[in-house]
Amino acid sequence: MRGLSGWGNYPVSQAQLLAPRSEAELKRLITESPSVIARGNGRAYGDSAVGVPTTLHMRHFNKMISFDATTGLLVAEGGVLLGDVISAFLPRGWFPAVVPGTKFVTLGGAIAADVHGKNHHKDGSFRSCLDWVEVMGPDGTVRRCSARENSELFNWTAGGMGLTGVILRAAIRLRRVPSAWIRQQTTPAANLDAAIEIFERSADATYSVAWIDCLAGGDKLGRSLVMLGEHAGLQDLSYAQAAQPFAIPRASRRTVPPVFPSFALNRFSVRAFNAAYYWAGARKAGRQITGYDSFFFPLDALLGWNRIYGRKGFAQFQCVLPLDSARAGLRALLKAISAAGQGSFLAVLKRLGPQDSPFSFPMEGYTLALDFPVNRRSLQLMQDLDRITIAHGGRFYLAKDSRMSRDTLRAADPRAAEYAGMRQMSGLHPSFQSAQSQRLSL
Amino acid sequence: MTKSPVLILGARSDIGLAVAHAYAAQGHPVHLAARNAGSLETRKTDLELRHSVPVTLHEFDALELEDHERFADALPELPGIAVSAIGFMGEQGESENSPAAAVQVLRSNFEGPASILAVLASRFEQRGSGTLVGISSVAGDRGRATNYVYGSAKAGFTAFLSGLRNRLARKGVHVVTVLPGFVATQMTEGMDLPEKLTAQPEEVARAITDATAKQKSVVYVRPVWRLIMLIIRNIPEGVFKKMSI
Repeated sequence: MRGLSGWGNYPVSQAQLLAPRSEAELKRLITESPSVIARGNGRAYGDSAVGVPTTLHMRHFNKMISFDATTGLLVAEGGVLLGDVISAFLPRGWFPAVVPGTKFVTLGGAIAADVHGKNHHKDGSFRSCLDWVEVMGPDGTVRRCSARENSELFNWTAGGMGLTGVILRAAIRLRRVPSAWIRQQTTPAANLDAAIEIFERSADATYSVAWIDCLAGGDKLGRSLVMLGEHAGLQDLSYAQAAQPFAIPRASRRTVPPVFPSFALNRFSVRAFNAAYYWAGARKAGRQITGYDSFFFPLDALLGWNRIYGRKGFAQFQCVLPLDSARAGLRALLKAISAAGQGSFLAVLKRLGPQDSPFSFPMEGYTLALDFPVNRRSLQLMQDLDRITIAHGGRFYLAKDSRMSRDTLRAADPRAAEYAGMRQMSGLHPSFQSAQSQRLSL
Repeated sequence: MTKSPVLILGARSDIGLAVAHAYAAQGHPVHLAARNAGSLETRKTDLELRHSVPVTLHEFDALELEDHERFADALPELPGIAVSAIGFMGEQGESENSPAAAVQVLRSNFEGPASILAVLASRFEQRGSGTLVGISSVAGDRGRATNYVYGSAKAGFTAFLSGLRNRLARKGVHVVTVLPGFVATQMTEGMDLPEKLTAQPEEVARAITDATAKQKSVVYVRPVWRLIMLIIRNIPEGVFKKMSI
């Protein structure tokens, strides 16, 4: 037994981490343990990939199995990182159709959380690029599921947080891209209304996201930098870049010291950082050509950035609000945050497109994501944010959650009860459990 | 320019596979040699898909010494770099009580790897180029009660590599001794290793590609091990024998 937590280092549970190397071994662990949960690269923020007592470390299942260079269909094991897919196939002109904000996530994790990217409004969640998934069930049987075959299992598995079984293999579709560069357009938005207007105007953009200053108040409430992106074609690139369109100079990687002094993180430094970031961005507004890495995965360059928050860890809050109440809901959320003075280095606003899958997070509307160092005040604030979200018909992203209550989830998302019922009926419940699923009674 | 092929001996091990990936990522064709090589078929596909390099599989048993010449002859070409990731830790208690078990550990960590590297060395010498990499262990730097059978075999292998390097230095052949310290692998799974001193197989692989590129001779994967072993080697025997480390 050891202390195990997610990327936010909160909460820490005592768990047993086992690392099977073969399907036979995996089957034995699933059938012999009272309950298990699979863990990929530990990038879920909270306790979704912490099994109490048994957590299955799946990184040994990390082989790529086949690739069809005519269709872009890649078959790989669940422990392969999206970053591995990118390093293998981007030089050949292929890129995953959907990527979240980190490439250090496994395929299994991306499927289980049904991650979304900056192109959700156009291309949907990760599920939309999945041809099929193979899942090992409670008795160790491996079943292939897709939109056509075992479709119920498929529907619950994408976004099911690993609670339908262990994701062994999957077939994902990559998209052809002309280069490894992104044509980025940054537009400052003076407040929330301006930001929303830009999003609504930019529905055609392939990628869109906004960084939002969550500490600005008054008529600056919700001021943001909205970033739109397109895969750059050769005509967009400089002569040198176009000569090797898939070669990007390696950015330096920094590693955060093991424990970042917590005094460096307070309301003043965060407010100053946010303001500085906004003005720096506003000054550089306009078009630029940027590498895919810094566009999609800016935080990955800072290895171990989760340690900025010190030993107590941090918690993410991410909700989505339906389109018609998004404006009022976001305003209420930002007001509460700004009033509490509990800012976040990383606050992200994103327009999501329509999605109707049984348990995935996205829905048409706006999603707001923020992180807070864990302390009494921020935990209190997040409960207030929960209430505001529910009052506006929104729901929560389980891959980010580490502290919600069962009742909050039930109040926000009627699908949770349905999912829990399905798990009971089909006998999945006793075999697959995470600390999170126990907390939320899933 | 086509890169020279790399032969990985003991390719099933976590370190062997990580080394294969590291060289393949640089564009080197890879020959994987291990017992029951056919079962590495999925690894071969994975390497080829990720790195777009040709990969071949070769049946190889480090303990079948009389077969080593034939194995080398059967390779599609003489590799530019050969890496021995062969090793078997055994269980110290068992090695103490069963001579057969101890011999197995000695042969797997010393006799087998030394034999195949000797075969390759003479071919590299004849050609006048190439790099031989032997993965030994810091356990060979001083025998300790808890694993001296394994440690003594690695000590022998370290000395063998040192001598080989000395012999081939003027013949255009470079020999690298790699001393990994603790590594999180199948071999050490379940052992309670200090996290700060434990390397991942990829780290060992990186140290190896670096060492071959820069023609280094003796590499401690984590530099702190050089210091730790310097201290351990210099503890006076009278003190050392009363210690349990």
